[in-house]
Amino acid sequence: MSNVTDAKPQATAVPASGLKKFWADFSESRLALFALAVFSTILFIALFAPWISPTNPYDLGSVDIMNSRLPPGSEDFAGNVYWLGTDGAGRDMLSSIFYGLRVSLGVGAFSGIVAMAIGATIGLAAAYFGGRLETIIMRIVDIQLSFPSILMALIILAIFGKGVDKTIIALVLVQWAYYARTARASALVEKNKEYVEAAQCLALSDRRIILSHIMPNCLAPMIVVGTLQTAHAISLEATLSFLGLGLPITEPSLGLLIGNGFEYMYTGDFWISIFPGVALLITIVSINLVGDQLRDIFNPRLQK
Amino acid sequence: MKPILQIENLQTHFFTKAGVVKAVDGVSFDINAGEVVGLVGESGSGKSITGFSVMGLVDAPGKIVGGRIMFQGEDIAAMSPQQLQSLRGNRISMIFQDPMMTLNPVLRVETQMVEAIKAHDSMISKSEARARARDALGLVGISAPEERMRAYPHQFSGGMRQRVSIAIAMLNRPDLIIADEPTTALDVTIQGQVIHEMQRLCEATKTALLCITHDLAVVAGIADRICVMYAGRVVEQGPIASTISQPLHPYTRGLMGSVPSQNRRGQPLQQIDGMVPSLLNLPSGCAFQNRCAMVSDKCLSEIPEPIDVGEQRLVRCVNVGQEPAS
Amino acid sequence: MTAFILRRSLQSLIVLFVMSLLVFGGVNMVGDPVDMLISPEADQMEIDRVIRDLGLDRPVTEQYWYFLVNAFKGELGRSFIFGEPALKLIIQRMPATMELALFSLLLAVVFGIPLGVYAGLKPEGKLSRTIMAGSILGFSMPTFWVGILLIMFFSVNLGWFPSTGRGETATYFGMTSSIFTADGLSHLFLPAFNLALFKLSSVIRLARAGTREVILQDYIKFARAKGVQESRVIRVHLLKNIMIPIVTVIGLEFGSLIAFSTVTETVFAWPGMGKLIIDSIYNLDRPIIVAYLMIIVLIFVTLNLVVDILYSFLDPRVRIKGAK
Repeated sequence: MSNVTDAKPQATAVPASGLKKFWADFSESRLALFALAVFSTILFIALFAPWISPTNPYDLGSVDIMNSRLPPGSEDFAGNVYWLGTDGAGRDMLSSIFYGLRVSLGVGAFSGIVAMAIGATIGLAAAYFGGRLETIIMRIVDIQLSFPSILMALIILAIFGKGVDKTIIALVLVQWAYYARTARASALVEKNKEYVEAAQCLALSDRRIILSHIMPNCLAPMIVVGTLQTAHAISLEATLSFLGLGLPITEPSLGLLIGNGFEYMYTGDFWISIFPGVALLITIVSINLVGDQLRDIFNPRLQK
Repeated sequence: MKPILQIENLQTHFFTKAGVVKAVDGVSFDINAGEVVGLVGESGSGKSITGFSVMGLVDAPGKIVGGRIMFQGEDIAAMSPQQLQSLRGNRISMIFQDPMMTLNPVLRVETQMVEAIKAHDSMISKSEARARARDALGLVGISAPEERMRAYPHQFSGGMRQRVSIAIAMLNRPDLIIADEPTTALDVTIQGQVIHEMQRLCEATKTALLCITHDLAVVAGIADRICVMYAGRVVEQGPIASTISQPLHPYTRGLMGSVPSQNRRGQPLQQIDGMVPSLLNLPSGCAFQNRCAMVSDKCLSEIPEPIDVGEQRLVRCVNVGQEPAS
Repeated sequence: MTAFILRRSLQSLIVLFVMSLLVFGGVNMVGDPVDMLISPEADQMEIDRVIRDLGLDRPVTEQYWYFLVNAFKGELGRSFIFGEPALKLIIQRMPATMELALFSLLLAVVFGIPLGVYAGLKPEGKLSRTIMAGSILGFSMPTFWVGILLIMFFSVNLGWFPSTGRGETATYFGMTSSIFTADGLSHLFLPAFNLALFKLSSVIRLARAGTREVILQDYIKFARAKGVQESRVIRVHLLKNIMIPIVTVIGLEFGSLIAFSTVTETVFAWPGMGKLIIDSIYNLDRPIIVAYLMIIVLIFVTLNLVVDILYSFLDPRVRIKGAK
């Protein structure tokens, strides 16, 4: 269709296989590489927070109200340096952020994985079995997706109440539809390809066809959606916690820290709210950047 | 009579990540007033890019890097964007390949025709412009033009859409129309109609036509002269009758021989062995060397220049006139 | 055309119906409806009265019927905290939220489309890269945090804008809004900008993606081949083609603006529906929650319907039958 095609021949180089090619494509964006490095650091911090954190802010014995609201970089009487200051109760901000990252990342990732499992199953089943089942399922998916996630989360929390488990349930219920839709879309593309027909001719069981044949080819888009959705889930959880509706104070996520620090902003003690916010921002942005690059790599329309 | 278009050693290269693609690499030919010139070649020969170069519509990463395109005394390759813009659709028009994609689907046909008129005559009134558009539609054989103008492109059939494109091309009475694969996207039964229409109009208005196509049948029916392109160069040009009946360049011979109607029933179809070389990696010397039955040492070392063999025929072959060793 | 509208309207009604079932189910089946709908402070006589009034001693189907009937009449319970009918409270707050949402939408569109188109036309330029980087940030930053940042910079540090509340309103053309007063605008700007940021990023990315795709199309090249001015090519040919997906998304996302206003209103103490619902969830003021849900569902369904109809107007291929 394009009039320029008669001047652009195929590149003669043969692309390297699988993983190597993937890494080569991914590394084309220095920004994405940087984001990946940053995210890996954050992941490390989240996993090993109890061991690498300077203090344990939730050990009531070690927290002294006399240290409250110290600006960043100050020292207390015992010689501890609070690099990012302390909050209203005297807890070290740096440590709180480490633990907060742990909770935020944990809840976000966990809900994402569960949502992916549920959504992918439903989406794949819908695509594979087709017919009325598919229509009904996709209708539900469409309707749910037309409601903003925050609203859904609010409704669920309003009905069921607060708590870690209920927050995770809310996050899962909000996200599954994205995964279902993506899974179904890629499954549909795959289903119409010939190798599925061939497998069906061999009378393989439905379950085997879906699991061994269709699913591996749908992985790429699912991974892209997974990364972007996880960032979204973390953001959503932070918002809910900030509003006081998400996680309880015993499992403080970054959102809760920000929320707690909000009131101190007006008196100029900005660090109590801002630093957790920066940590949250870095987390979300790095995941989004990685996800963006993944999406560009896997998008056939942008292939050279 | 001086030609209205003189392309002199045109070079249009594409600077891609994989390397420099020399899509057009030394193309020269003329078009006289009122003449129909056929520019033929297979995909990748550079014929469409030649057409776009004349219009100044080469997209990045392509650029005209050498040569001149003399149109009525001025060099198009050196024109500013404003000069180009006043030239296009006005003195030189273009018809594209796929009429489905060349008309904007969300704008009415009338809008797209009126804007072509107003782009070059800002003083004209809308009703006058509409009248001209309506007449143009009537000229290309579209019935009830007044109503059909208000329609959207998707409401026309393929052949009709191409007629609309032709009408648009003729709106401002250009001196030259460039038609890029005008019939390729159409049904075979419609192709004849559209070609006939174009021929009739060009004769009536004395408009020159550059017909770019890979379809030899189209060219044979409509052209006065023919230029054959291969891998970015014109390998043979001359009057239509003599070039088709007695092709001189090995590639042209192969082309003419491979047309199914030229072959006798029951005989295997003739074909040209080998493949077009990659435009990223052209060989030194003649680009046809790996497929030519008459290839000699000279062919490998130097790019053949066009040789004048009389009767207004030019051939880029050092072995012109010789028969292939059998 | 009318067939299309009728069909979509019918679908919307079905969705409304299903949602009302879900809300009803959620409220009445999860947990004790007595707790849900009756103030914890009521004494036994009050409880009995309300049970009779609300028909809680009747079979579930009858209850649902009453629920629907009451909903139509506008009776969705009384707030525990304020003692007023829940619906009335919500409607009182709606103009403030609508004002915020609409102004944000305006900001997002007016700035987003030009920025996005520019980034699409010159994707390698420095300004374009900056715009895209900015849009990733805008997309990633949670609304509440942007709000906090805005307050910190522009209110606490620079003192340019007030940080909380809604300003004075004035009435023109029968509309009361705070955009008509300078004080009102200064109060409106920060929260509107906050709400708009997320949308702005989406619009920019959409406009850029659309531009990049459309600019390669043959009809753009053909328009240039006709000698049409580049400015008109962009203004008419390009814009009209990218508007279709943008309008669809904007229309649907207006709903999310209303949803996210819950956050912005809380951060900026803006007296709208959003703040009300957050406070109510916190205070377990369930009648308001129920009423809010029904209203929101109604808004959403209507919005979807309107956008669908609007879409068919914009794309003549959908509107005129026989389109391929």
